[in-house]
Amino acid sequence: MNIKKQFKEGLITNNPVLVQQIGMCATMAITTSLFNGLGMGLSVLIILTCCNVVVSMIRKIIPEEIRLAIFVVVIAGFVTIVDLLLQAFIPALSSALGVFIPLIVVNCIIIGRAEAFCQKNTVGASFFDGIFQGLGYTCVLLVMSIVREFLGKGTFGGGLIDVANGFHFTLDGSGAGIKIFSGEYGATILTMPFGGFLTLGVLIAVMQYALKKSAKKKELAAKAAEEEKEVEE
Amino acid sequence: MLFNIISISLGAILINNFIFSQFLGCCPFLGCSNKTDTAFGMGVAVIFVMGMASAICWLIDTYILVPLGLAFLETLAFILIIAALVQLVEMFLKKSVPALYSALGIYLPLITTNCAVLGVVLLNVQNHYNFIESVVYGITGGIGFLLAIVLFASVRERVQFAEYPECFEGFPICLVSAALVALAFMGFSGMQIF
Repeated sequence: MNIKKQFKEGLITNNPVLVQQIGMCATMAITTSLFNGLGMGLSVLIILTCCNVVVSMIRKIIPEEIRLAIFVVVIAGFVTIVDLLLQAFIPALSSALGVFIPLIVVNCIIIGRAEAFCQKNTVGASFFDGIFQGLGYTCVLLVMSIVREFLGKGTFGGGLIDVANGFHFTLDGSGAGIKIFSGEYGATILTMPFGGFLTLGVLIAVMQYALKKSAKKKELAAKAAEEEKEVEE
Repeated sequence: MLFNIISISLGAILINNFIFSQFLGCCPFLGCSNKTDTAFGMGVAVIFVMGMASAICWLIDTYILVPLGLAFLETLAFILIIAALVQLVEMFLKKSVPALYSALGIYLPLITTNCAVLGVVLLNVQNHYNFIESVVYGITGGIGFLLAIVLFASVRERVQFAEYPECFEGFPICLVSAALVALAFMGFSGMQIF
């Protein structure tokens, strides 16, 4: 397995949300501000990487029949660790994400990667898979939160960036973000559940469009190359 | 007490519907809503498991985890309880009510990873509900899920005949129609009870 290919798979061609279409609950629920999106994405990234490494380490000693139960225990363990760490060090994020942090246990991305990838691959490959798949997930969350926050409230980086006393980052979720246009002109509905469904739907549609287009381009290029060959012969 | 239960029920079914306002249980909601029949089966199975899980997890949390100071193990304990419970329900139904078992089919094992089930249990703890409130919240949350998935399955059956851009094929058009149903459910959000 080469790293470059894994990178491309995690971020684009096999993106967990946009292409595999799993782990959507949290994606739609918490992407109302950059603070929440980034926090959730990084939490999943850390948990996914840890679980991937542990699962691939123990892949040869776990019995086939009860592997899912063992995966779940490993995942729940790491989720609890991250949950407690967030409660201790970034309480604002913990209360903003609420029940969705413990719910990472049943996020299909993590158990899906354990089942589909780590069972068959080395520790190193699983580690990079965790990082790249996690990055792919984080990117989707970031795009969604930026779009929803900008169109809904007219700000960028809500909770994370504060510009009142010069530009600085806030970790307690108090920053108002950079104001781009006044909140009263925003489509507030995009920050509500309706916006979650709609934004994700449009995002996946754009992804499908792009993938189809690049596949067509490749096909055309292959055809052209073949024709050239025939002409040469 | 009665008012409390009525307000929890209405809240769980309509105002804070698990799918359309809390985004819990979206995977089975989008995956199993191709046909109204299967959606109904899935919904019934979820009601059953959510009610049972609320009751058992509340008992275990209150009488075992909290007295022993193990509340930080809640997530781990709950997911194991739910997995075991689903397995038990499956065996029980297979033996005693085979008709229902074959009707629910593959949906039973899938419920383990339904985040609405784990979600309702965690929310019970978070909201400090007592035993009766927890069970009511579990069952009515399940009813809300059933309502949402059956309504949406009917919408989806019609969407099949609609014309939409090619790139919206599959999941995107589903999500867009779900957004519109969610918009309808937003109408309940201003409702005040007592």
